[in-house]
Amino acid sequence: MTLTTADKALVVSIFGKVSSHKEAYGAEALFRLFSSFGQSKTYFSHFDLSQGSADLKRHGAKVLGALGEAASHLDNLDQALSKLSDLHAYNLRVDPANFQLLSHSIQVTLAAHFPADFTPEAQSAWDKFISAVSGVLTSKYR
Amino acid sequence: ISAKMVLSAVDTTHVHTVLDHVKGHEDTYGAEALNRTFTSHPQTKTYFHGKDLAENSAYLHSHGKKVMSALVNASAHCDNIYGALDKLSDMHAHELMVDPANFPILAHNILVTLAIHLPQVLTPACHVSLDKFLCEVGDALTHKYR
Repeated sequence: MTLTTADKALVVSIFGKVSSHKEAYGAEALFRLFSSFGQSKTYFSHFDLSQGSADLKRHGAKVLGALGEAASHLDNLDQALSKLSDLHAYNLRVDPANFQLLSHSIQVTLAAHFPADFTPEAQSAWDKFISAVSGVLTSKYR
Repeated sequence: ISAKMVLSAVDTTHVHTVLDHVKGHEDTYGAEALNRTFTSHPQTKTYFHGKDLAENSAYLHSHGKKVMSALVNASAHCDNIYGALDKLSDMHAHELMVDPANFPILAHNILVTLAIHLPQVLTPACHVSLDKFLCEVGDALTHKYR
């Protein structure tokens, strides 16, 4: 998947607005994920998954932080996400199907908080971006 | 083959809460959901050859209104969605034959559109109920394919 120059600009610009809300928005995206798709909770038996929990905020910030890192290295995602890719392949082994569910949940969260900015073009750019990130994170599974 | 999903009383309440806000805006929200679908997943345009799919086109508004109105109608029969969508189910099976893979794509774009316009209404709890409802609608429309 190739992100066009326009896609990259949209990813970076929206992430700029997200970066000071990583905890809140990350927690919300995860809570929407766990609410809508109960099977995704299987990886978090050690977490308090209640809305607004400290675990959700901490982990949400981690996830959005990683997306932020990726957004600053759009021309070299393989290298930028290499350690996280190892982690997912050898340690976490999150089923690839879950990345699309999380992508959907992140997009709904962005839409709710940035109604004017999350245009159809921005949505498409983010969908491609998260797909590209997910591809790297699952690339070493086999 | 998925087991028939049943919407709980709480789900039904949530579906009504959200779709009550859609009433009166079926064409705008429908047009936007379709435009987002075509923008993010261009392969879905395959079913619309020759139609003007430009953002805010008359066609998008009229077709969007058709889609959203069907959802609003179905929501009045949450305990019998298959029955409520029987004629549309025939149409999809024998005429339209939209690949079943496309229904989750449209559902996603409808949910994004609702989040844009109704951020306070589409709470996580309402979100999951709407997702279940849209899944059941998709199943109802594709269950006669074979």
